[in-house]
Amino acid sequence: MSLLRVAWLIARKDLLVEARSRELASTTLFFAVASVLVFAFALVRDGAVPADAPAGILWVAIAFSGTLALGRAFERERQSETLRALLLSPVERPAVYVGKLLALLLLMAGVEAVLVPIVALLFGAPIGRAPWLLFALLATGTLGFAAVGTLFAAMLVRARSRDVLLPVVLYPIAVPVIIAGVRGTSAVFAAEPDFASAQTWLTMLVLFDAVFVTLAFWTFEPVMSD
Amino acid sequence: MRLADRAMPVLLVVAAVMFAAAPFLIDAAPEESTMGLVQKIFYFHVPAAMMTFAGAFACGLASAAFLWRRRPEADHLALAGAELVVLFGVIVLVTGPLWARKAWGVWWQWDARLTITLVMWMVFVSYMLLRRFGGPGSEVLAAAVGVFGMVLVPFVYLSVHLWRTIHPTTNVIRSLPPEMRWPFLWCTVAFLFLFAALLIARARLETARAALERAYLALED
Repeated sequence: MSLLRVAWLIARKDLLVEARSRELASTTLFFAVASVLVFAFALVRDGAVPADAPAGILWVAIAFSGTLALGRAFERERQSETLRALLLSPVERPAVYVGKLLALLLLMAGVEAVLVPIVALLFGAPIGRAPWLLFALLATGTLGFAAVGTLFAAMLVRARSRDVLLPVVLYPIAVPVIIAGVRGTSAVFAAEPDFASAQTWLTMLVLFDAVFVTLAFWTFEPVMSD
Repeated sequence: MRLADRAMPVLLVVAAVMFAAAPFLIDAAPEESTMGLVQKIFYFHVPAAMMTFAGAFACGLASAAFLWRRRPEADHLALAGAELVVLFGVIVLVTGPLWARKAWGVWWQWDARLTITLVMWMVFVSYMLLRRFGGPGSEVLAAAVGVFGMVLVPFVYLSVHLWRTIHPTTNVIRSLPPEMRWPFLWCTVAFLFLFAALLIARARLETARAALERAYLALED
């Protein structure tokens, strides 16, 4: 079986489990909206938020809810040692990584599909201004975050105090993705949109993705073999 | 490792002598016209920053070697590198704000170099937290963090550089007059010797600790 076929089978398995319980999607989504509210209370002055805030709120909510989904997605694999079974199956290791990454990406995309309109609604962010650019920024940013996140969540499955260690390890490494995502998005959302700078940040995100995915792809095998 | 072990005390003694002489050289160097006395922090700040990056690369390369070759010595070297990033990073992050308070009027600026130093320092603190609290097998996981930490350096740099920068650039070093350049080079070499000595000593300590642990396990069996 080709790598992509195996990856798709694993992602489909994850999505099927999710579709039956809807545990991750509902909790992650609720958590994302709750963190948006917390930020709103922290930042709102005189009934409005500062002009730069919606982009930041959106990305922080994505990062927080993504971490939650990552931790839970791999906790599920740990409960009945199914990750070990996956790793023992006669397929290439990187295919397992790509499969888990794919499932997580689809889940996060689902959450973002609800989260972005909510941010637009509550803070008046102009999401209709450059929808494709915004979509590209969100897609590349989420890919970069999830690529590193999947690797670290997978390897932390066997570690002690993994719930605490995942954000501890993930956030400093995800910093470039967060910076580029926030800057690019706020360039789109600004009162005088700066599409040229948003495109520069998008290029950066593509670059990060290429490096992060390649590196995670290489490291997955030695990290997961014991 | 043999040669390094023998070189370690020599490096340490040379570094001690150089550090003892450094304050006199720094004192003798002319005062910078606009910043005055506070500019002299630069003689320790910049070499410490260089060693932070050196530690990150030592840890990253050794982590990669450990991940793909599984040589325990590489892991011990990676741990030593990570600890030195944290150590020299503290020096950079303390001396920097002291200077900035005088030169910029604020303790901290979200400037490119400041941000990258802080992020890198945090990556290697997380490396140490992972090793400390990750339980058995965490050295392999930490190695992945080490590799990512090293690769991250140019990217954080690029991203924050695009964002904003007010920190003096590296061109400053080339433009130094000779009477300031020599004390600076002196301090850089002193820091380099100290770095090398600490790296060797810490890696050797870790190797000894691992050997002791193996001996304990052998005794219990």
